[in-house]
Order: sequence, then structure tokens, then C-alpha cells
Amino acid sequence: MKRAFLGEFEEVVLLTVAVLDESAYGVTVTQEIEQKTGRAVGFSTVHTTLQRLEEKGYLSSKMSGATAERGGRRKRFFSVTAAGRKALVDVKSIREQLWDALPPQTLQLMGG
Amino acid sequence: MKPPQLADRLLKLFCAPNRLEEIQGDLHEEFAYQVRRVGERRAKWRYWWDVLGFIKPFAIKKDYSTTQLTNPIMLRNHFKIAWRNLIKNKGYSTINISGLSVGMAVAILIGLWIYDELSFDTYHQNHDRIAQVLENQTLEQGIETYGALPFPLSRELRTNYPDDFKSVVAYSWAEQILAFQDRKFTRGGSFAEPEFPEMMTLKMRSGTRLGLKDPASILLSESTAKALFGDTDPLHKTIKVGNKYTVQVTGVYEDLPHNTLLKGLGFVAPIELIFSDDTDHSYMNNWGSSSFEIFAQLNPNSRFDDVSRKIKDVFRHHTESKSQPALFLHPMSRWHLYSEFKNGVSTGGRIQFVWLFGLIGVFVLLLACINFMNLSTARSQKRAKEVGIRKAIGSQRSQIIGQFFSESFLVVALSFVLSFALVQLVLPVFNEVADKQMTMRWSDARFWLLSLGFSLFTGVVAGSYPALYLSSFQAVNVLKGRFAMGRLASIPRQVLVVVQFTVSVTLIIGTLIVFRQIQFAKNRPIGYNREGLINIAMNTPELQGRYDILRNELLATGAVANMAEASSPATNIWSSANNLEWRGKNPNQTSAFGTICVTPEFGDVVGWKIKEGREFSRQFPTDSMTFVLNEAAVKQTGLKKPVGETIRWHGQNWKIIGVVKDMVMKSPFDPVVPTVFMMNTHERTLNSIHIKLNPALSAGMALEKLETVFKKINPDAPFEYKFAHQEFAAKFAAEERIGKLAGFFAGLAIFISCLGIFGLASFMAEQRTKEIGVRKVLGASVANLWVLLSKDFVVLVIISCLISAPISYGFLEEWLQKYEYRTEISWWIFVAAGFGALLITLLTVSFQSIKAALMNPVKSLKSE
Repeated sequence: MKRAFLGEFEEVVLLTVAVLDESAYGVTVTQEIEQKTGRAVGFSTVHTTLQRLEEKGYLSSKMSGATAERGGRRKRFFSVTAAGRKALVDVKSIREQLWDALPPQTLQLMGG
Repeated sequence: MKPPQLADRLLKLFCAPNRLEEIQGDLHEEFAYQVRRVGERRAKWRYWWDVLGFIKPFAIKKDYSTTQLTNPIMLRNHFKIAWRNLIKNKGYSTINISGLSVGMAVAILIGLWIYDELSFDTYHQNHDRIAQVLENQTLEQGIETYGALPFPLSRELRTNYPDDFKSVVAYSWAEQILAFQDRKFTRGGSFAEPEFPEMMTLKMRSGTRLGLKDPASILLSESTAKALFGDTDPLHKTIKVGNKYTVQVTGVYEDLPHNTLLKGLGFVAPIELIFSDDTDHSYMNNWGSSSFEIFAQLNPNSRFDDVSRKIKDVFRHHTESKSQPALFLHPMSRWHLYSEFKNGVSTGGRIQFVWLFGLIGVFVLLLACINFMNLSTARSQKRAKEVGIRKAIGSQRSQIIGQFFSESFLVVALSFVLSFALVQLVLPVFNEVADKQMTMRWSDARFWLLSLGFSLFTGVVAGSYPALYLSSFQAVNVLKGRFAMGRLASIPRQVLVVVQFTVSVTLIIGTLIVFRQIQFAKNRPIGYNREGLINIAMNTPELQGRYDILRNELLATGAVANMAEASSPATNIWSSANNLEWRGKNPNQTSAFGTICVTPEFGDVVGWKIKEGREFSRQFPTDSMTFVLNEAAVKQTGLKKPVGETIRWHGQNWKIIGVVKDMVMKSPFDPVVPTVFMMNTHERTLNSIHIKLNPALSAGMALEKLETVFKKINPDAPFEYKFAHQEFAAKFAAEERIGKLAGFFAGLAIFISCLGIFGLASFMAEQRTKEIGVRKVLGASVANLWVLLSKDFVVLVIISCLISAPISYGFLEEWLQKYEYRTEISWWIFVAAGFGALLITLLTVSFQSIKAALMNPVKSLKSE
């Protein structure tokens, strides 16, 4: 089975876009990741990842929503495509399979 | 509150344009947020940090750009269009490519020639440490520089300055008969001291460089060894030199290449051989006879200048001559190119020709580039629409420049390939004319680098004008048809044509003057009769002292009108003296005289003219202590009535019995050498037989009879003779070579220039087709139209002639200064060259203009 290949950071970004639903663009995605994960994320890193995900077909984008704060420049809003959703589900199911396969005592040790 | 502008600008520079908007927007929004959160200062830092984060390969302008010149697809398109343009305009392409390739071929040839000149003598590994010892003598005529020095000087320098000299060798060039069994040849070679092969780093094929240590040995060049021994091993074979010395071959060295001064060195024999008769070493220690060249190799720490200063007075301490000989070193790197001295100072030499031909090469190439530029700009009107449309569609100026440059590079590349073929074709002829052995240096990286560099240069120069000029057209004007070239547009073109013809006419004038100078010197009265005069070297002991036998045998054949012997051939003076004293001479000055010993028949054989007194005669036994002077010698002594005067020389009194008219025996471009003739064989040895052939017999038959006599008397030598008129003609070789080369280049320059105006004329005629049609309808004659179309070019050529006259006059005046005996630069040469250029121009242009004028106006007018 040909499966989607997602890097860890890509997965985080893709998930964040899905979380933000209609309002995902560069700034919100960056801030959301920073707040939720507590890690400092480079602005350009997020942009690069978004672009790469779009190239892979997991995201689609459209330009709209210029504000004065942005000097009249539009935002590029991202939304998850069907392929993106499938990729996320794939990743999740693999994780769950792995979790399920954990021996109970190990699970206990981890405090789960 | 604004984000840092510099960072913004940086972003704009690096960011892909299609992503700039969102990224910049996001950055600005983030900035506003951060200002609220952490304050302006830290927000700015963060902003900078974020911008720098975007300067990464992904965001850098690449695939998204539409204005890249290096885009391979666009480049391919450029060349495709260029190629189609070439095919479409076959005539112009031919003119361009042939002109350029001829220009480049000339540049390559001249480049090879200059390389060859500059690389002279680098064959010797120690070439930067070797020098020749020369002396400056202060004479009445000024300071003269000589290379001939006494033999003991070599030893003196070697023993007194061991720190400075690694080695010093005395050297003497000689033509000798080499004989092995029945094979005999005359070869040029040298007698030298034993360190010579090591100093010159002769490449040994067999044997060693130390082979000369034994006084009865000889080193042979490969070709000499081959001629003597064929394929057998030459080592340890015994051969005879000059039918006198028996020596053993101790080594064979590789032939010296053509671009060394020692080329043609057929053998090297130990110098002791010359002194083998000199049992009491009086000759070996003789400081009075200067007949050797002395070469020295410096130690690594010594410098030529310093050593020159140290050895300056070495010779002076050993001579009583008042000429104050001052020694100095002439480095090997300057032997070939800086060989001329005037008043003791180096005045250049062939280096002038290196500059001259370099200049000509650049100019000829420039002419070809000008053709290209002119034709492109002239046709620019046709392509103006193309440029307009390209611009309207969205071409940027840089793209149009690229387009035109790719056209010029295509033409240059084609010409480059063609020029190689041309050079390959012409090289043998060029080698012959230039007396060189040059080859294409296919395997030399520098050659390729230079070739590519210079085609690039040609491409840029040839393409720059059209590229920069055509691309500057305003699309709006061109497309609305408001575009007109105007009168000013053709001015640069006309200037370039003037430049072309100025160069061409200058070269033509130069060629004419060089040939005039040669002709002038050839027509100079030489004072004796060269007709049927031959000269045979007395190169074996068998010929020495057997004058009467030889003479009687020769006269008995009937092939000889008269015969004499002398110490020099008729076309040279081999010895000189500067210690003559006479009544009224300034005792503080020394003057040099050529000295020639002759037999009494000499005057009759060469046909000299007695001006005063009488010539030598066997009837007066006292004639062995007499002189005959030439006019130049009389002038130098300042004697009013020379006949009957006495001259003191070598401690004896010599009576002047006669004066002969001047004879041109040395360079025909120099004044006649003041010469004294004598009969006394104690002072100078006879070594040259002069024979006047019987004019009643053909030369071939006469020579056959001579050969039998010489074979009988001198069986060990090959019969070799030299005609005086051939020897005399050889004195013009250098000048004729320059003349031929200059003529060759002048011809090519004119050819290229004519190609150019041929193209321009055909273009003009094409442009004015309608006008000519209308004029014809209104009654203009063919002659009228011909004048109309040719006039412009004629004016340009006349201007060129006016400019080139003073330029060439300046150059040639300087060149002629070099010759004491020189032609005048008369005005008619300029007129002739001008008319020549004009005639060629008219012929070229007329072909086009008459063709245009003969065209049927119905045809040219009906088509729209």
C-alpha cells in the first residue's frame, strides 16, 4: 500500500491547519503551534512547510482578507484537501495500531 | 510603527515574486503582534531574524522568474533565430563570416609569429642566465658595439670572476667540410671550449656533453650524423674536418630548433683544433686578434648589470688600443629581439617588428569587426520592426541585447572554425615568406585560452554596437512608423568606414615605401661588375699556396676570363683594423677600416674602377708594402692628395699607390665601408677564390669545366661556389620579407574593407530601389545614378586618404631613419596609394550601383 509520507513537523503543521479550519494562514499557524506545543517556531520554517504540503497536494490555498496591519496585502488561507485528510487519518491509525500493540505492563510504566 | 525597511528591501530582493505578497503581509502582521507583545525593539530583531530565515534556496528567485537571460529555452531560441537570420540573408552572412574569418586568421598567424619571436632561444634551459660578452669601442664615428673578442679574454674572465660566472666559453662559427670515407659535406658549426654543450644544454641523443674534453673529438648534430653515417652508429667513428683535423665522434645532439640563434649548428668541435699549429701558444695568448665570440653563464646570485659593471675594463687593461674597449653582458633573452646598438646603447631591433605586426594584427581584426558592426546597423531599419514587436510582447532590453549578441557569437563561432581552416591552409606559405617553422599549437592550453579569449573579445566588439544600439529603439515609435534613422544615424557608420580605409591606405603606402627602399638600394651603383662573378671558399689546405697552378689550370679550360684570390668574398669584408696612422691624423682618435688582401688580378676580376694612381702589379716587387684605398677611406683620412702618401700600420710604412671608386661590399643600405686593399699575405690570409666566368660560355658549361679542375686539385672537398649576384640579393632578404608581409597584410586589409563597402553599397542600393525607379522614370541616366550612389563612398575614401597620409609619413620617416642610404618619401606615393584605394572602391561600389541603376523602374515601382 502506498502510504502518505509525513515528517513530524509536517504532521504538526497539517494538523494545525485542520484545527484552525477556515482561518489558517502563516501567522495563525505559527502562533497556534507556538501556543499549543510551546516550542519556538521559525516563521520561514512554517512557510516552507506550508508550501511543501501544498506541493504534495495535502493543502490548497487561496488569497484573500487584506488588512491595514498587513499594508493592504492579502493572506494566503490554507485548507486541508481530501488527500490531506486521508494522510492525517493514515498517520493516526498507524499510531493507534502501535499504541494498541504495546504490552500492558509497559503501558502502565508510562503512566498511561 | 513600521518594520525595518532595509529588511523589507532585502526580502524583496531574495523572495520569489509570486510569494512576496503573502510573506510580506504575514511578516508585517506578525511584527504588529510582536510589538504589542514584547515591544518594538525586540519585534524588530525578530523581524530581521524572520527575514533572514527566508533567504533560503526555496524562496530565492528561480523557476518563478520570467526575465532570466540564462534560461536555456530562451538561449536556444536566440540561436535558432540567429541561425534563421543567417540563412535568410545569405549575402550578408557570407560577407560577415568571410571577412571575420580572414581577420581572425590574420590575427592567429600574427599571434603565432609573435609567440615564435618571443620564445626565441628559450630552448636552452639556462636561457635566463646566459649572456654574450660584447665590447663598446669609442671610435671617430661614435661608439660602436662589437661581438668579436680575443681568445685569452675567455680564460681571464673565467679565472678572475669565479663567483659570478658558472662558465665562460669562447666560440667561433665556421663552415667546414666534414668527411667520412667518401661522403663529404660542408656544414656550418662551431669551434668552442668544452663547457659549451653544457651551457647551451644541448640534448644528447648519444654520447655525453663532456665529449669535447678530448681535443681530437667532435659532437655532431643529429642531421649531420645522419648525413654522414646514415643509420649506422656514429659514436667513436673517425671523421676529417676541413681535410685537416682527424677527430672522433664523441656525441650526437638533437638539432637545435628553428627559433634559436644557434640553429643550423651542424657540429661542435674543440677550439684547440684551431690552435693545433700554434705550438708556442702565441696565438692562443694573442690579445690583439679579435675573432671569437664569448658566451658566459652567470651563477644564480649574480645579476647581469652588476657583472657588466665589474668586467667593464678587463679588456682595456690588456690592449694599447685608444678605442677604450668597455665590456658588457648582452643577456640571451635580448639576443634576438634587441640586437641593435647605436652609440653603445641598445636601440631595439626585431622587437619593433613584433610591435608593428601586433598592431597590424589588431587593426586587421578591427576592420573585420567594423564590417560586422556596419552591416548590422545598416540593416537595423529592417529589424527595427522586429525589435518593436519583441518589446511590445514583453521582451526586456537585456533580452534583445542577448538576442543580438547570440547572433554575433554565432557568426564569430563559424568564422573561428573557418579561420582555423584558413590558417592551416596558409601556414606553409606564411612560414616560407616569414622564414619560420611555426605550427598550430593544438596541444597548448594557452593557445586555446587565448583563441577563445579573443573570439569572445571579437564577439563582444563586433556585436556590441548593434546589440546596444538596436535594443535602444522605442517600441512605440518603431511600430507607429514614426521611426526614422535620420541623417545622424549614418555618421558612426561613416566614421567606421573612414577608419577602415585609413588603416588600409596606410598599409598600402607602407608597402609601397618598403619596396621603393629595396628598389632604391638595388639600383645603387655598386662600383664593380657582378656579371658572371663567382666565389669559392678556400676551405682545405690543398688550395692554400697553390695559386699559380690553380690559375693556369683554370685559364686553360677557357671557361674562365680571369681569376684572383682575396681575403674576403666580393660581397663582404671579413677583417678590419683601427690602428692605422697617417699624416695629419688626430692622435687621440681611432678610425676603423676594412682590410682586404688581394692578388693583383683582383681588380680585373671584379672590375673595379681606378680613380687615381694605379693598381697592384707584379712588376713592382715593392707593391707588397703598398695600399690601394677606396674613396670612403680617402675621405676618412682627410688626405687631399692620397697617392704617394704613407700610412703607418703594424710598425711599417705603407705607401698609397692608388684610389678606387667605392664598391658596395657590405650592406647596400649602409654607406660604403672605408677600405684598404693590400697584397701582403702576411697581414691577411687569402681564403676566397674569385672567378670571372668567360661570358662566351653558358654558366652551366663553364661550371662543369671548373668542377673538373677543382676535383683534380682539391679532391677532398665538394665543389661549392657562390654567385656574387645571388649573395648580393640575399642582403635584401630581411627587407623583402618585411615588404612581402606588409603587402600581404595590406592586401587583406583592403580585401576586408572592400567586402564591407560592397555590403554597404548593396544595402544602400536596396534601400533606394524606389527612389532610383522614380529618378529613372523622370529621366535620370545610368551615369547620373551611378554618380549618385558612388559619391558618398568616394568622399569617405578621400577623407581616409587625407588622414592616412600624415600618419604613414610619420611611421615611415622613422623606419627609413634606420637606413643610412635611403629613398625619399615623395608625394606621388601618397597620390598613387590614394588613387589606388579610390579605384578599388569605385570598382567595388560600381558593381552594385550600376546593377541598381540598370534595374527596370517598372519592376521596382509596381511592387509594394
